[in-house]
Amino acid sequence: MANLVTVTDRGLYCEQGDFYIDPWKAVPRAVITHAHGDHARRGSARYLTTVQGRQVLKTRMDLDAAIDTISYGESVVMNGVNLSLHPAGHILGSAQVRIEFQGEVWVVSGDYKIDPDGTCEPFVPLACQTFITECTFGLPIYRWPAESGVLDEINRWWRTNRDEERASVIFAYSLGKAQRVLAGVDASIGPIFCHGAVERVNADYRNSGVTLPETHYVGAALAKQDWKGTLIVAPPSANGTPWMRKFGELSTAFASGWMQVRGVRRRRAVDRGFVISDHADWPGLVSAIRATQAKRVLATHGRTGPMVRWLQESGIDAAPLHTEFIGERDDIEIDAVEEGEADA
Amino acid sequence: MKQFAALYRTLDETTKTTLKIGAMREYFSQCSAGDGAWAVYFLSGRRFKRLIPTARLREWCAQSCGIPGWMFEECYGAVGDLAETLALLLPDQTEGSTGSLTEWIEGRIRPLGSLTDEERHRTILSAWADLSTPERFVFNKLVTGEFRVGVAQQMVVRALADVSGIEAPVIAHRMMGTWEPIPEYFQSLLNRETGESDVSQPYPFCLAHPSNGDVQTLGELGDWLVEWKWDGIRGQIIRRDGQSFVWSRGEEPMLEKFPELTSASNQLPDGTVLDGEILAWNDAGVLPFSEMQRRIGRKTIGKKLLSEVPVRFVAFDLLEENGIDIRKLPFRERRLRLERILVERLDNKSISLSPLVSADSWETLARLRATSREQKVEGMMLKRADSEYGVGRVTGLWWKWKIEPYTCDAVLIYAQRGHGRRASLYTDYTFAAWDGEALVPFAKAYSGLTDAEIREVDQYVRKHTLEQFGPVRSVTPELVFELAFEDIQDSKRHKSGIAVRFPRIVRWRHDKAANQADTLDSLRRMMRHKHAT
Repeated sequence: MANLVTVTDRGLYCEQGDFYIDPWKAVPRAVITHAHGDHARRGSARYLTTVQGRQVLKTRMDLDAAIDTISYGESVVMNGVNLSLHPAGHILGSAQVRIEFQGEVWVVSGDYKIDPDGTCEPFVPLACQTFITECTFGLPIYRWPAESGVLDEINRWWRTNRDEERASVIFAYSLGKAQRVLAGVDASIGPIFCHGAVERVNADYRNSGVTLPETHYVGAALAKQDWKGTLIVAPPSANGTPWMRKFGELSTAFASGWMQVRGVRRRRAVDRGFVISDHADWPGLVSAIRATQAKRVLATHGRTGPMVRWLQESGIDAAPLHTEFIGERDDIEIDAVEEGEADA
Repeated sequence: MKQFAALYRTLDETTKTTLKIGAMREYFSQCSAGDGAWAVYFLSGRRFKRLIPTARLREWCAQSCGIPGWMFEECYGAVGDLAETLALLLPDQTEGSTGSLTEWIEGRIRPLGSLTDEERHRTILSAWADLSTPERFVFNKLVTGEFRVGVAQQMVVRALADVSGIEAPVIAHRMMGTWEPIPEYFQSLLNRETGESDVSQPYPFCLAHPSNGDVQTLGELGDWLVEWKWDGIRGQIIRRDGQSFVWSRGEEPMLEKFPELTSASNQLPDGTVLDGEILAWNDAGVLPFSEMQRRIGRKTIGKKLLSEVPVRFVAFDLLEENGIDIRKLPFRERRLRLERILVERLDNKSISLSPLVSADSWETLARLRATSREQKVEGMMLKRADSEYGVGRVTGLWWKWKIEPYTCDAVLIYAQRGHGRRASLYTDYTFAAWDGEALVPFAKAYSGLTDAEIREVDQYVRKHTLEQFGPVRSVTPELVFELAFEDIQDSKRHKSGIAVRFPRIVRWRHDKAANQADTLDSLRRMMRHKHAT
């Protein structure tokens, strides 16, 4: 059986169906798993994504980009290849790509998360013969605490800051993570403000039917705005910039799976790290891989080495797949790539 | 244990001094005296020696979470901290511990050292099962003897001063020297009535800030007393109640390591405390610090070593005279009294006076400083003649004016992942110099690059790995860095034949190619030049 997906210099390619998945160069037909910068790049002739993902993708593409959509579970046929998109639980509209051709089934996971959250369709396991999985957090040290507990911690931190007359600035990737934080916090604690990059995505989420608490755009606040007691949601790239100065006394926090490791927390130089991730943790990756019953697993972005060896030792045919996806990195440059332009 | 782990977490997470002090204040005002004593013990940098071989901990942890050894090592590489890796890998337990800090330390941690391997195994597994992840982390730090937290002694002192209403210098003094972490100690630490203090107790050391070299701005040279800056071990000699004690700045009693100081110390009048530098010193004068290291490294000091590397105490300050604390007197006055004691009362060259350097102008002084290497000193100390003996690093009163370090250009050839906040990045570098066609490693350096540069080098290392040996990668030798170091010596232990002291990165020489880096010959010339002068 021939490979249904190969790595080319332009990205993951399905030759039989003549389409690319999350290509890193311009192609005639791009199937997009989700709208993060390392998966959705500008310049391709046609895009295909989910109905739910259309709005967030559109905002990040050129104005005239041709975006086709299908519903979760709906299939289209391309050159005899059956293609369908299924919930990945990563961010709004994120999808796994299922490819079926002459009885052979491959699934490209994109980025995914197992535990449900209120801002996107929950992950659905799919049976397949070959599973191309992300493994951003592919080490057993990454085991996420329950989301409710982390949200409680965030609320407690915000409330304490409010009572001690400080502003609370939480850094979260502007697409996905920021909205998850917004949807989860207790808005009765105080007013919520957002950085422009976050506020733009909030609008897309609301337009796509996701309920978020009331937020205000930082850039539209009056000069005499009192920031004490407010929660400010900003992309990580805003940390340490002059943009932060106006808030006066503040406490900073970062919401990311990387906050699980103390050294990373310290490197970020924030007061608090909250472990909240849009990616599967180690038990999540392992259970997702098992659930596919795949005979072959190809691991991409993240720590592919240990994951591949672990799978091999568990009797699964596994290999690394070298792509240009970044996932969520624990260093700072990626923010710039992910966040696009900074706020004025 | 719960509260102590929470305190640790707060101290660890925030970079703000006020929040750290606030968290300690809250802890100290609520804890039992026993827990308070242990908390002061650990927060002031004291720790247990490692109680269990770390290899056993790794093994037991991997077994209990059902992962192979290589996977444990991968995790350790990503985390960069053993105690944390263990804490993260073990199954979740969210309830947290019961039992006080004292019960944990005295009942479960301290006894580990004297248990059999099997008993340790049982104790450790049950402890891990009883602790939440953050508590487990602190527990592992205590057990491995790696407990460290980012609080300066001064912050602990301030928190205790706030809680007790006692002046900070008094608290600082009470925390010096050896004391047992028992409830009575904590009570006496916070007691407004001063009890009898321990006769061996040293004073908190007064430290200098490094000078930026702009000495002209310090005003009249006549307002300053200048000494050479010795390269040894800072120490205090205490003579009280007919007993002698020698303390290092690390607050370790050192007299046993330096028996030659005994008889001289015993000649000091009762109620005397000297501040000075312990130096390796033979008939020819002061010896390099590397010789001194031979003395400190040993548990027992043989006759041969004693005769090869004798030590002496070079005194530069007097803190207590006739049993009276004279730290508030001006330095000029303390110095006069010091000279009097050493000249009139002492007939023993094992304690000598650090001479004053005199010059008629700052320019002359600068010229004298340029001779530091020949004098075998690190530069000069500038102390205001009217300065009192402060606690900790004082601003504007004492300056260390060190000589410029040696520098060279070296090629990055190996990199290893860092620890702590540099975990998972390649930050520990080995540098080489040319020996003919070959690059020979001669220095390891960790510090000196910005975070952005560290990430850039990390990327380079990952993309240009030639070979991997465990955690170490060899890389294509292309990147050149300027290194600074304090001293250079012959070494039989190193392949390069030289050893450099305190190497660190000054800057990344983007402008240089590998073949423009220094040679071992040019490094050896620095060494010969040093001996020739």
